[in-house]
Amino acid sequence: MEQKKTDPGQEEELIPLPTHINVTDGTLIPQKGEQGALSAWNISFFGALAVLGILVIFFPDPYRKILSFVPDGLMVTFGVTVSAIFFALIIGLFAGLGRISQITIVNRIATVYVEVIRGIPLLVQLFYIYYALGNWVKLSGPAAAILAMSICYGAYMAEIFRAGIQSIPKGQMEAALALGLSRSQAMRKVILPQTIKVILPPIGNEFIALLKDSSLVSILAVADLLRRGREYASTSFRYFESYTVIALIYLVMTLFFSRLVAMMEERLRHRGTLH
Amino acid sequence: MEPFISIRGARKTYGKVEALRGVDLEVHKGEVVLIIGPSGSGKSTLLRSVNRLERLDSGTIYIDGDCVTDDKADIRQIREEVGMVFQSFNLFPHLSVLENITLAPTTVKKVAAIEAEEIALRLLKKVGLSDKAQAYPDQLSGGQQQRVAIARALAMNPKVMLFDEPTSALDPEMIKEVLDVMTALAREGMTMLVVSHEMGFARAAANRVIFMDQGQIIESAPPDEFFTNPKEDRTKRFLEHIL
Repeated sequence: MEQKKTDPGQEEELIPLPTHINVTDGTLIPQKGEQGALSAWNISFFGALAVLGILVIFFPDPYRKILSFVPDGLMVTFGVTVSAIFFALIIGLFAGLGRISQITIVNRIATVYVEVIRGIPLLVQLFYIYYALGNWVKLSGPAAAILAMSICYGAYMAEIFRAGIQSIPKGQMEAALALGLSRSQAMRKVILPQTIKVILPPIGNEFIALLKDSSLVSILAVADLLRRGREYASTSFRYFESYTVIALIYLVMTLFFSRLVAMMEERLRHRGTLH
Repeated sequence: MEPFISIRGARKTYGKVEALRGVDLEVHKGEVVLIIGPSGSGKSTLLRSVNRLERLDSGTIYIDGDCVTDDKADIRQIREEVGMVFQSFNLFPHLSVLENITLAPTTVKKVAAIEAEEIALRLLKKVGLSDKAQAYPDQLSGGQQQRVAIARALAMNPKVMLFDEPTSALDPEMIKEVLDVMTALAREGMTMLVVSHEMGFARAAANRVIFMDQGQIIESAPPDEFFTNPKEDRTKRFLEHIL
């Protein structure tokens, strides 16, 4: 019993639920008040850039070679991420609308989709679409990667859209309906434009999470950033150096985008709305 | 004369709470009816069932011959002709004042944008906010927002206006500006159903005051008679509280 009381996991249960819950694995969003020159973000971001710079300048072999080997992988990573986020947004919008639909069958389909997809690891989904379904439909590596990540992240996006739509006061829909608008007109002209402002920051976070998760596609023979690093490492046996560069590039990208999201959030908080 | 709004046997329950327990009410064209009563008396539920924001469990509501409570009724068509003003204004925060007012006419009635803007500007002048056309709702005071909300409802050229506690969320000094607009509207002959405790408005503009309690209409009388000589005990007790 004595042991249990001091168990940190046990203690956490006593802490009241936080008002803001980050659904994805958290990205480093700088909090207001720690934004000095020595903020965690500044140390991480400029530190990573500095380390990368020093390595390339003072140890051109192999670091400059590695750095010049990976750019096409970077383009693939970006391509896969941007395409997947685009399709995930479309899937998420419709699945999110389905989640709040009053039509039982639509609601059920959307909810089952979200539950099923969120219950299966992305890596398993990638294998499933590329290898398991590959028995019938042969997709190229990048196509399978984009498809799997769109479907997976579509489920998370659906929850963001659902929460965003439900965060708009009920009176907005009532006012629109009272004016004679149909439900879909009200959704398009009144609810969704307001929702977009609310969900921009969480969508930004999903984008960052997806950027990181896109490294999983390297196992489908997609020549993304990680794959290119692995290729360099396996031919040169410079494992430490290769993966150091890869890690630093991911870190710089992720921190850069997380700062963008944080600025967006700050701006939304200040103005309430973006007119 | 055929009543303009006719409510018969309106019943509505939420779980175990009976919000409406058989309400009958007739409102004639051009009449201004004020509904008062303690909170939970069903007055807002009654008002909101007139344009079917709430669905009745049983009973019928007709507006100008159209059955609101019929599931097959074209409710959007009916709502076009029934303006509604809410306690919390419910202006669309992402749209300017002008866009708030032109949204429904251009979307629902397919009025040309220029024409809709002309109507909107005329209505803004009417509610005394000509200079606020380009402002956004969060730049306006509560009283100004509510006047925009009235203009927004009027832009659809409704035959009847519903007001759900239009001044309850306002600071005292802003109540008058909203009531003035409502009084002017009443003088023009608009049919109005108003849930409010504004006695001044009742005396100035209402033809009839209705007292509701526990889901029923307890008393209905012209304002002077209602306030000076209420017949029912429950009405007397309520009036003692608010006067």
